[in-house]
Amino acid sequence: MMDGTGKFDDVRTGEQQIRNFNINFGPQHPAAHGVLRLVLELDGEIVERCDPHIGLLHRGTEKLMESRTYLQNLPYFDRLDYVAPMNQEHAWCLAIEKLTGTEVPRRGSLIRVLYSEIGRILNHLLNVTTQAMDVGALTPPLWGFEEREKLMVFYERACGARLHANYFRPGGVHQDLPDDLLDDIEEWCGTFPAVLEDIDGLLTENRIFKQRNADIGIVTEKDILDWSFSGVMVRGSGFAWDLRRAQPYECYDEFEFDIPVGKSGDCYDRYLCRMEEMRQSLRIMLQAIEKLRAPEGQGDVMARGKLSPPKRGDMKTSMEALIHHFKLYSEGFHVPAGEVYAAVEAPKGEFGVFLVADGSNKPYRAKIRAPGYLHLQAMDHVAGGHQLADVAAIIGTMDVVFGEIDR
Amino acid sequence: MNEAQKNALNELGAYLELKQPDAVISYDVSDHGELTIGVAPSEIVGFVEFLKNDRQCQFSSLIDITAVDYPSREKRFDVIYHFLSMYQNHRIRLRAQLREEEMIASVVSVHPSANWFEREVFDMFGILFSGHPDLRRILTDYGFRGHPLKKDFPTTGYTEVRYDEELKRVVYEPVNLVQEYRQFDFMSPWEGAEYILPGDEKKEAKG
Repeated sequence: MMDGTGKFDDVRTGEQQIRNFNINFGPQHPAAHGVLRLVLELDGEIVERCDPHIGLLHRGTEKLMESRTYLQNLPYFDRLDYVAPMNQEHAWCLAIEKLTGTEVPRRGSLIRVLYSEIGRILNHLLNVTTQAMDVGALTPPLWGFEEREKLMVFYERACGARLHANYFRPGGVHQDLPDDLLDDIEEWCGTFPAVLEDIDGLLTENRIFKQRNADIGIVTEKDILDWSFSGVMVRGSGFAWDLRRAQPYECYDEFEFDIPVGKSGDCYDRYLCRMEEMRQSLRIMLQAIEKLRAPEGQGDVMARGKLSPPKRGDMKTSMEALIHHFKLYSEGFHVPAGEVYAAVEAPKGEFGVFLVADGSNKPYRAKIRAPGYLHLQAMDHVAGGHQLADVAAIIGTMDVVFGEIDR
Repeated sequence: MNEAQKNALNELGAYLELKQPDAVISYDVSDHGELTIGVAPSEIVGFVEFLKNDRQCQFSSLIDITAVDYPSREKRFDVIYHFLSMYQNHRIRLRAQLREEEMIASVVSVHPSANWFEREVFDMFGILFSGHPDLRRILTDYGFRGHPLKKDFPTTGYTEVRYDEELKRVVYEPVNLVQEYRQFDFMSPWEGAEYILPGDEKKEAKG
């Protein structure tokens, strides 16, 4: 009767007939980290099946990109993973540079490394602290966001925008850094370890935090391969796989840093990995600042040529420079026909761009490979058999952002 | 990308051609150091399985599945697969060419992660994957019609939505553009523009 069948069998047999319960998680749930709708089938408190419905933030980025020039497409990448915008731009720039065969000048390359690592800290600060909020802690996000704000000021001082930077350009970065910015970043690098220690002290040995994360959402080697995980989802399970080391791009091969790996592959290990990665990012940032100050680190920040605008001063005196400027920002540059796949180790994992160019000023097709897409896909596999409350912890640790998943 | 790495990829391509002659149609190493294999669509599942299990390949991570639309070609679609080997540290790209109504076998049985990629390709291009466990739309709206990434689908789409104050719900309407969708032609007239400049039509008529 209670199961809706209108029969009294359970009275006769003494056995209860229980139907699994379906609930709708999201799309406006604070722990969904965006617009995620999960259809969960529950057996009591246990998740039997989990069907993510995505696409609520689908903006048709790939379609829009086909009707815009290469430069106009760059800002779309800020809007993918809006937590660490410059890392996404990086992949797009690398793809274009591969096709056009552009060399990035050393200073531009170092600035890119510096800002990619700022992006990594931005991302991990948000992820670690909000994941802690999902499992019940309130203070970490407040402390973490304070530091994020400072990092966004560094973004703003380099490019004028806190979030949607549009700073990395094919051939380098748009403008050189102001003089005192390097000093201020270095000073911040001195103060940040103390903040990390504070967050560490709040969470790492916290009993509730450990109970909610340890042994939850365990990822094995087989899972990694079956579900094509990347980034921290791989490293948390003991694999030292990092594109910055395995397939070095930019000038990462000359930096010293360690790749932290977890042991058991659960949510707690992934948290520890992210905390350690922030410390390693600090190391890279300090090295980058030192290299930027060295005599070899001086010079132009952009490869001058067809891809980059002429200098302001030249435009006042040279007709050709003026024409070049006008053509660059109206028609845009042409990219030789070809196909290329360029990937970066974004904070969330392998972020790649597959670019098909047909020789015109617009991409014929661009496919964006977002790491979160694959992580979320495995939700049914990873969350199955867990408690309902663990779903929030697992979503948090998968580090999903719907800007990049829905595109 | 140095010569040694390119040679290694060339060797890998030759090795695959030798081992899987039915599946491999062609192979090519680009200037950017990427190995692309042309694959016969009918052989795709067996070939992907071979790539995953062979000791020399170990392409155990599926990076991406996507498609490219070339409306003027007889075989309209390229279905593109990217694989990565975390053990051997190399990448590979497969390309299978399909006619418009042709189906391709799903590789979900080999790589479970292909599930959403194939759903996305179906959603965006209308390519059907036979043997896929759950081929629903994924990114577009519930009840959406058409396949947006086909080249003949307009960027504006066909419907737009708004909240109707009287009906108290979201309504779907045909797209009504207040301003023409801006598509500039940047080709300079002497580089092969195909339109007739104003005034030139008189000359055409005379000649």
